[in-house]
Amino acid sequence: MQTLDVTLDVNGRTHSLQLDPRTTLLDALREHLGLTGTKVGCNHGTCGSCTVHVDGRRQLACLVLAASAAGRAVRTIEGLAAADGTPHPMQAAFVAHDALQCGYCTPGQIMSAVSCVEEGHARTDDEIREYMSGNLCRCAAYPNIVAAIADVARAA
Amino acid sequence: MQPFTYVRPDTLEQALHEAAEPGASVLAGGTTMVDLMRGDLAAPRRVVDIGHLPGLSEIDLSGPVLRFGALARMADAAEDAALKRDYPALAESLQLAASQQLRNAATLGGNLLQRTRCPYFRNGVSACNKRVPGSGCSALDGEDREMALFGISDACVANYPGDWGTALAAFDTAVEIRSAAASRTVPLANFHVAYGDDPARETVLEQGEIVTAITVRATPAGRGSTYAKVRDRQSYAYALVSAAVALEMDGDTVASARVSLGGVASKPWRSAEAEAVLTGATLTEAAGLRAGEAAFAGARPGRHNAFKVELGRRVVARAALTASRRA
Repeated sequence: MQTLDVTLDVNGRTHSLQLDPRTTLLDALREHLGLTGTKVGCNHGTCGSCTVHVDGRRQLACLVLAASAAGRAVRTIEGLAAADGTPHPMQAAFVAHDALQCGYCTPGQIMSAVSCVEEGHARTDDEIREYMSGNLCRCAAYPNIVAAIADVARAA
Repeated sequence: MQPFTYVRPDTLEQALHEAAEPGASVLAGGTTMVDLMRGDLAAPRRVVDIGHLPGLSEIDLSGPVLRFGALARMADAAEDAALKRDYPALAESLQLAASQQLRNAATLGGNLLQRTRCPYFRNGVSACNKRVPGSGCSALDGEDREMALFGISDACVANYPGDWGTALAAFDTAVEIRSAAASRTVPLANFHVAYGDDPARETVLEQGEIVTAITVRATPAGRGSTYAKVRDRQSYAYALVSAAVALEMDGDTVASARVSLGGVASKPWRSAEAEAVLTGATLTEAAGLRAGEAAFAGARPGRHNAFKVELGRRVVARAALTASRRA
């Protein structure tokens, strides 16, 4: 079986890995780099819990082969806070608005929400709902998630 | 997921040689392929990653033929200001598809090749002539609410799920295809194969061929176009019924009409019947509904999807009225 040498750039650090070609970016982050903030939900591309940024754009880590992500800048929830540990404004807004219950979907929600604001797709609550529709929350914390994102968008 | 060898060619020429190997499959955005491979619905021995190849991602709307590089991302096309202005049906079809995460990854070429969402195909165990030729079709006496009404047979009633392909079917669209030995251009109407008697075959693409671009003949009807999509939920769902309508108007009268249907056929489905009703008509709601009725006159509903006939009639009418206001 083939073993691939894959160099991943994750949260500004370079990692050299030897991987089975079947390894997804999601599995590489969690199982090989110990970055378990990115969650496995459906592992199917439908729930959004594995959302990370690839070259600055939100994508689903379960549908990207790790080998395909080589040479691209990957950012996960672990890379969001400032160097001194100060939470990213979106993380702070999720806390302030209690935008979660069980918290399992939250890393994906926050990564998606950061992009939603950066893309300019958070101008109204309806627009936030539309552009966050790829992130499911089975606890249905949606109203507070929308409020948190709207807050950050207003401050931006 | 079955084991495979991963290759990452540096040029299209290398990729075409790799893709010609028996058992090779091409990987672009991965949103369909990785999912299919994980479910053992695709088991390539060799995966040829073309997602990073240069020169295949441009969108050029300036000439008499619009040109969409096969590796352009759905999100980029969906938010292209000129496309939204001049061909709203095309931009809307992308914007109303998938989620932003998927649109950031999925490519315009790969989108054409997405496979049916039929649960009996996807579950990997039910009798399915598409997955295991000759095994039968579980949808025929099963849950067929999502299934197609056009381009089906007793062997397969699966539905083509793509919005982009459906919207493109309302225009003069062609698919540019390369292989190591040759290149060819196939009209979109001939690119997908109605599932019919050989459900396993979905397009005319041969082993070793790669879609490199999609072209659309420029038309003033682009501005008078829309893509209407009705879903079980408001966002992030496949179409129950969708319709693209592109019109040129002469006052209140329709000078030319193009209509295509999604969510109801085994391939992007152009409705000449609806176009004939609209052309020359004064566009009222009643005329739109007559066009919708004509569009679904030949529908072959199953046990749970007959509602798509009435829904489809209204979707066509709504799309026609929206398009006429833009034309």
